[in-house]
Amino acid sequence: MPHPQPRRSVLQALGATLFGLGFGGAARAQSAEVKIGVIYPLTGPAASTGAELKNALELAADIINNGAKAIADLPFAAGGGLPKLKGAKIRLVFADHQGNPQTGATEAERLITQEKVAALVGAYNSNVTATASQVAERYGVPFLNPESSSASLTARGFKWFFRTTPHDDLFVHNFFDFLKELEAKKNFKVGAIATFNENTLWGNETTKLQAKLAPEKGYQLVKQVTYPAKSTQLTSEVQTLKAANPSLVMQSSYLGDALLSMKTYKELGFSPDMILANNAGFTDTEFIRTLGKDAEFVITREVWALDLATRNPLIKQVNDLFFARHKANFTGNSSRTFTGLMVLADAINRAASTEPEAIRKALAETDLRAENLIMPWKGVKFDATGQNTLGRGILVQIVDGKYNTVYPFNLATREVTWPMPKWDQRK
Amino acid sequence: MTAEILLQTLASGVLIGLIYALVAIGLTMIFGVMDIVNFAHGEFLMLGMYASFWLFALFALDPLLTLPLTVLMLFAFGMLLYKLVIRRIIDAPMLSQIFTTFGLMILLRGVAQFLWKPDFRSIEGSWVSGSVKLAGIQLGRPQLVAGLGAIAVTALVHFFLTRTRLGAALEATAADKEAAQLMGIDSHRMFALAWGIGAACAGAAGVLLATFFPIFPEVGANFILLAFVVVNLGGFGSVTGAFWAGILVGVIEVMGGLLLGPQYKTAVVLVLFLAVLMFRPQGLMGKA
Repeated sequence: MPHPQPRRSVLQALGATLFGLGFGGAARAQSAEVKIGVIYPLTGPAASTGAELKNALELAADIINNGAKAIADLPFAAGGGLPKLKGAKIRLVFADHQGNPQTGATEAERLITQEKVAALVGAYNSNVTATASQVAERYGVPFLNPESSSASLTARGFKWFFRTTPHDDLFVHNFFDFLKELEAKKNFKVGAIATFNENTLWGNETTKLQAKLAPEKGYQLVKQVTYPAKSTQLTSEVQTLKAANPSLVMQSSYLGDALLSMKTYKELGFSPDMILANNAGFTDTEFIRTLGKDAEFVITREVWALDLATRNPLIKQVNDLFFARHKANFTGNSSRTFTGLMVLADAINRAASTEPEAIRKALAETDLRAENLIMPWKGVKFDATGQNTLGRGILVQIVDGKYNTVYPFNLATREVTWPMPKWDQRK
Repeated sequence: MTAEILLQTLASGVLIGLIYALVAIGLTMIFGVMDIVNFAHGEFLMLGMYASFWLFALFALDPLLTLPLTVLMLFAFGMLLYKLVIRRIIDAPMLSQIFTTFGLMILLRGVAQFLWKPDFRSIEGSWVSGSVKLAGIQLGRPQLVAGLGAIAVTALVHFFLTRTRLGAALEATAADKEAAQLMGIDSHRMFALAWGIGAACAGAAGVLLATFFPIFPEVGANFILLAFVVVNLGGFGSVTGAFWAGILVGVIEVMGGLLLGPQYKTAVVLVLFLAVLMFRPQGLMGKA
């Protein structure tokens, strides 16, 4: 018998499917602790992000188990574990997927069959989330994904998959919602739109959706430019944009090309009324540092910003706890991961059980409100595909070398500056 | 589409083309003299950029001021690389040579990422910034200076090759290694010199780019593919060929992008590359 392990796991999978129960389900007994498997890139290219997410998860688990008395609005702030499970504590079992989808699947299987976890949380990289959640689906174990944004993840018809973060499509919808609301507020009309996106999967998907949404929402799309991210120059791209003379450019770029495009805009004197950027390069810490005052007035989408704390005291209180431990603020990633575990804990508590089916049912019935979250969302409520329908992105504008929340308007810390001044009229 | 936009694009194409030329000149020289394709050539460019960056960040010395120093450093680095590594594979099969320089590429990128992190850096507040208006067209000052710098360095290399004894010896080695050796020319010295000059040219291109292009460990990859096209187009081993071909590729890239659509800009250049391979494999100025 040369390879007993894989064969056994195939048999187990088969058995689990046949009986229609999670394999580990029967073996899981009620106990004083609830094991939750977490799969993140703890080594490899995304290791620094993985470490940050691990910190956020540990903070969430610590608050649930030991309390954070000062923060009354936060669920479980009283401490003492999950009240409806006789105070059972949360225990996180970490697994490292190294950014590799195959490893992610193997680790998910190990957590389910050997560690017998009640549910899984992960996995940051969209492609790893895809494979790891497939394993969870097969075994019938709830998989909560706090931060992968590929829209296709919730289009698979999975029964055990739940995602709290808004996905890429939603973010593009946000752009158009913003334009509509801004027009109503400032009583003007946004002119023609051009899209300017890099040409890998992300940029192309975004381009397609923008091309579909712009006419639907009543906007004139005058030009669609895609470009290779590893360009040595963007002259012809910017000239093409300039010739189309749009008043708004919607742009998706990674850092290198975001910097290059901004410099080329300035050099060639291309001054649209606004650049509406799709995160990535435009929210990298290097973006403002490198461009200095040339970065001013750009609006980019974000998922979270520290200045939201002025509108939601919960954000500051939780961030202070995080800062005290790790000497770093929350980011768009760690804040979402923190929230993910809180949502899962809420569901397990309401389920009052560690049975997978009970947890799944409770997750599907989740109804958390904005004031109990550290995210700029309207709440957490899942639809039939497992997508949180109350999530939304925010838009931030760079003013005085900082990202300021400008949308949604009820969370804004600053009025939108529109249009951005022309290059030759800047100080 | 107005004449102004065409003229503007043409000018931008020529300026970026001059940088391509400078990168390609080093590459074509190394190949011309010793028939080795240097896949690590883009990394010389990267090292030149980082050298400028650190001299600027640590000592507040402007990249243009430190250009001679950086070029010397890269020259020494090229020679050293030859003595330590390339010398051992001169008579090795071509596949080993390819693996060696390819390995060097990965090594240098890895070391750069280890030492300087994968972050994007840039030089802010260099002497050259902003843009100038010339005959109705807008030219970035860093790009303009880089283009002029590229012309100057190319002229210097050309002068060295055609007007000095050492340059003549180098050309002789390129033409016929054995015959040159019989004339008393030390071929190992010439090879080392070719690597030194090759690295120095790429380093100079790096310095000139550093004033307007982001600096990161993988930056060489953006330029090396185009450099190979340029070398091929100009003719392997031809310095003047590489110069004109560099400009041509720059212009074709931006004009093709403007006229056919930016998503085709790389395709236009690569179609040209294929056409040259098919109909004139020795390149536009290469000797058959």
